[in-house]
Amino acid sequence: MSERAAPHAAPRAVIVDYGVGNLYSVRSACAAVGLQAEITGDKAAILSSDAVIVPGMGAFGDAMETLRRMDLVEPLREVAAAGTPLIGICLGMQLFMTESEEFGRHRGLDLISGPVVRFRAPHRRSEELKVPHVGWARIAPARSAPSWSEWPLRGIDAGEYMYFVHSYHAVPAEAGVVFSTSRYGDIEFCSSLKRGNVFACQFHPERSGPKGLQVYRSIADHITGRAPATVKMNV
Amino acid sequence: MSVRIIPRLEIKGPTLVKGVHLEGLRVLGSPEEFARFYYEQGADELLYIDVVASLYQRNSLLEMVERTSREIFIPLAVGGGLRSIEDIRAGLRAGADKVSINTAAIRNPQLIRDAATRFGSSTIVVSIEAKQRPDGSYEAYVDAGRERTGVEVFGWAQRIAELGAGEIIITSIDREGTGRGFDLELTRRVSELVPIPVIASGGAGSISDVAEVLTKGKADAVAVSSLLHYHYLTLERPTGSGPASGQPMAASKGYHSSSRITPTSIPELKRHLEEAGLECRVAPAGAVRE
Repeated sequence: MSERAAPHAAPRAVIVDYGVGNLYSVRSACAAVGLQAEITGDKAAILSSDAVIVPGMGAFGDAMETLRRMDLVEPLREVAAAGTPLIGICLGMQLFMTESEEFGRHRGLDLISGPVVRFRAPHRRSEELKVPHVGWARIAPARSAPSWSEWPLRGIDAGEYMYFVHSYHAVPAEAGVVFSTSRYGDIEFCSSLKRGNVFACQFHPERSGPKGLQVYRSIADHITGRAPATVKMNV
Repeated sequence: MSVRIIPRLEIKGPTLVKGVHLEGLRVLGSPEEFARFYYEQGADELLYIDVVASLYQRNSLLEMVERTSREIFIPLAVGGGLRSIEDIRAGLRAGADKVSINTAAIRNPQLIRDAATRFGSSTIVVSIEAKQRPDGSYEAYVDAGRERTGVEVFGWAQRIAELGAGEIIITSIDREGTGRGFDLELTRRVSELVPIPVIASGGAGSISDVAEVLTKGKADAVAVSSLLHYHYLTLERPTGSGPASGQPMAASKGYHSSSRITPTSIPELKRHLEEAGLECRVAPAGAVRE
């Protein structure tokens, strides 16, 4: 359990600022569902938050290097270990994995075992696939996945469209963590994963219209549901 | 994979405009009102283009981008007059998900690489405004289609992809705003030459033009303006939400820039594309205000 700076305050999320990605759209989505979210790269703020969101765009190697330089690798692992909701979006999801093959080999946060690989054509027809994959794709429950009645896909219908922008995708070693799959051309890939308090998605819920906002709402409900225990103790 | 319908909003100062061949601008109303409507109707992305910034060396779009990105939860690309890494950063900081560059990229192609490295390839969209030469080849133009560059379009498209751009918007200046349909040959050749997604722009006069550029033209996405704008203008809308004058625009048939344009709505367009065998993201039933 993470410690909270102000136990009686409304639940507060942080959006980890490590110099990449559109943090503002993530904050706008949080605001739209009434979730207070601070954009910060501060270790203490991250460790004391009720939920930690790791967004991201750009190159994997550079992103990891920045996290290392900012001394955020261990704090993020601590957040994961402490049971605090930890949410990775797009590159953020990829950073949770063991390693990526983007521009060489780079080690990730290794919260979830498995590599991040580039879209590859499984057979000839897919040679026409454009990379990056840009656009809307359906998300479907993975066969061995936890139920979508859990946060943060509660209220999302199987087959709902979400917005994607990526050239690489995560390949979790353990099938049980795959929360949803999506297709690009002939390729089926893991579009979100979940293990306990760790959730990550390759799509951008903050840019996926009303259904995407539902994901944020579910995150907000989840941490609000968690927070009152602390509140009661202090009332 | 699904195709994307991207309303293209050409903006001059505080107003939405539409021209023919990127010139002869006509005031249509408030960009944000149109953007909101398109979001609710199931637009897949939005594209804001400042049509005068490039000429006057300024960018008055940022505040509008900021407001829009707070309220509209689909990707927003912004372009027009972005000249440097600093301009691009400002656009992204204001809340844009992508930026579209043209003039600056042609003058300094290295900007594409620098920007893609710094902000990620998928953030950088390069716009090509193409005009056909008498010999049938295509030349890239800059400054909202006013100035020629001598740059041949297909070689330039390949170079753009090599430099790390995430997408290309290809606009036919000859067709832009005319309703004569997209330049299918231009679009198809660019799309086949580059490994990145290509957005077709300029010329849609009807639903079937859009379907054609996605099938025969091999575009991955379509940017449309007149087709959608003129449909919206025919709708009954709240008083005071009209163009700058505040006058209701309902039934103002005179607003068609060309009799060739048969206006349509996004849901209607997508229904037809689905019937033509193209996958579209369908907006949630009764798309709601958030």
